[in-house]
Amino acid sequence: MSAKLDIYTAKRRGRITNFLFTSVCFLATITCVIVLFVLMWNIILQGKSWLSWDFVDSFPSRFPHKAGIKSALYGSIWLIGLTALFSVTLGVGAAVYLEEYAPKSRWRKLIQLNISNLAGVPSIVYGILGLALFVRALALERSVLSGALTLTLVVLPIIILASQEALRSVPDSIRRSAYALGATRWQTVWYQVLPASLPGIMTGVILALSRALGEAAPLIVVGAMAYVPFVPESLSDEFTSLPIQIFNWTSRPQEDFHHLAAAGILVLLVVLVSMNAIAIFVRHKYGKKIRW
Amino acid sequence: MVTRNIGKAMGVLCLAIGISLIGVGCSGGSNDGTGSQSQAGNAGGGTLSGKVQIDGSSTVYPISEAVAEEFRKVQPDVRVTVGVHGTGAGMKKFIAGEIDICDASRGMKEKEAAACKEKGIEFIELSVAFDGLAVIVNPKNTWCECLTVGQLKELWRPESGVKQWKDLNPKWPAKEIKLYGPGTDSGTFDYFTKVIVGEEKASRADYTASEDDNVLVTGVQSDEYALGYFGYAYYEENKDKLKLLGVDSGAGCKKPTVEAVRDNSYAPLSRPLFIYVRKSAFERPEAVAFVKFYLENAAELASDVGYVPVSDEVVKANQDTLKGALSK
Repeated sequence: MSAKLDIYTAKRRGRITNFLFTSVCFLATITCVIVLFVLMWNIILQGKSWLSWDFVDSFPSRFPHKAGIKSALYGSIWLIGLTALFSVTLGVGAAVYLEEYAPKSRWRKLIQLNISNLAGVPSIVYGILGLALFVRALALERSVLSGALTLTLVVLPIIILASQEALRSVPDSIRRSAYALGATRWQTVWYQVLPASLPGIMTGVILALSRALGEAAPLIVVGAMAYVPFVPESLSDEFTSLPIQIFNWTSRPQEDFHHLAAAGILVLLVVLVSMNAIAIFVRHKYGKKIRW
Repeated sequence: MVTRNIGKAMGVLCLAIGISLIGVGCSGGSNDGTGSQSQAGNAGGGTLSGKVQIDGSSTVYPISEAVAEEFRKVQPDVRVTVGVHGTGAGMKKFIAGEIDICDASRGMKEKEAAACKEKGIEFIELSVAFDGLAVIVNPKNTWCECLTVGQLKELWRPESGVKQWKDLNPKWPAKEIKLYGPGTDSGTFDYFTKVIVGEEKASRADYTASEDDNVLVTGVQSDEYALGYFGYAYYEENKDKLKLLGVDSGAGCKKPTVEAVRDNSYAPLSRPLFIYVRKSAFERPEAVAFVKFYLENAAELASDVGYVPVSDEVVKANQDTLKGALSK
């Protein structure tokens, strides 16, 4: 009798704990979502009436009604394109070397430790490095190239770490089978390991580039906080970017510019979401085909 | 099967990046091209190209930005960038020879001038506008004509104990002072706190802050016991609604007038704004055209953005300085 009761109470207690835990987790999730929605709602409310084709297609101006984000939008696209080019080649290259080629020595450990630490360095520090190295020492000035190289520094550790994780998740049996069939190391990595880890690498790249797109601090240090009424046409042109333009507008006293900033944020979100959509599409399309 | 995937994926990625870059390049180019043609047509000329780089003070920025924006209508192919990294940072870049023009909300320091000399950078100094602040009260206020810098500091410093007019002067009414001032984002706020309180951005917080000067005007206008401050140029526009106070910095009470702001006798609440131009920039026609345009339009655009324009004599002196630099 009593034993049976105990089971019931235990069961009930278990249910209560279960319920409590679920509620807490649910609350945690919903808090994030609510905060996000309130933020979005606020921004949409402020920015939507300012959002128009003219806004996207005009250069910045001191008159809020004439101001647009053309130069910032193009600047951001240039930056992200170049950053992707540099950081993906360098990042994936470094990850492949560290995971597939580097001998397991103390040096490798040291490098690994360094990369992990670099991923946590505040981006403004990279901005200072970019200013000293690219703008001053290499005399690239306040160009798109300096900006993109600085952003590459910011996101490189993230891409390396994510790619390494993805490469590590490819079972060793795949590599051994490839060797057993007479494949060289190059063939194994290029035809087996890399395709298998592509979805993971892409996830890392998406996260890293999204971060690069939203970065303002390192670019301000590099010297991109400026009125730029033109679109970059070559690597050595000056630029401005969406986050910087938004920052510029929010720091102005007039209310109208704050609404412009909200509209700018909406454009930034659209760019971000469409960029991620492309990456997810690529990942999905090529991730699906992997069959061993 | 798997073998081709990676190649394809990489190919698609590279292609996407490539296309986006080319797309940016082409569309940017063509848009700029058509834009320049139509605008050149309107302005009746615009044959120059090249770059003019400006950086420096956030106080001068609105003027330089306005000039750059107007200049674009005349010479659409000249790429003028106006940075806003502060006078100190601007000077550093100017000394390093990275920029053509430095915006400055103060005169060049001796140390900076020496550094320029050492680097062989010759420059000219052009005074482009004055930044003056007005302390204002309600027209019904009969007791107060003048405040000393000390009183203003006591009134505006953080954790100030001044609540009523009689706290400033026992003869004044025991009525609460309603305070109005610009919000913390504005350069006016930075400037006022720096010269009055002694520390930038240090201010009492219990006042009605607005970035919109109209709010300040209506606020002070509707309350007999109110006091506020904002840019002098804005007072000029609302003269009839407000009463202007004099400020005594030790040399007697001085009310701001355009003249007092210009000759710096309304200290410390007025300051000259400068641009410094590197002489070697004048080897480029686009830089010459831009500086000329700047001087011709500075007066009008400075009032537009809320500053006191320089006097006609200074305009003339500026023109002479420029002429002198060009003839060498």
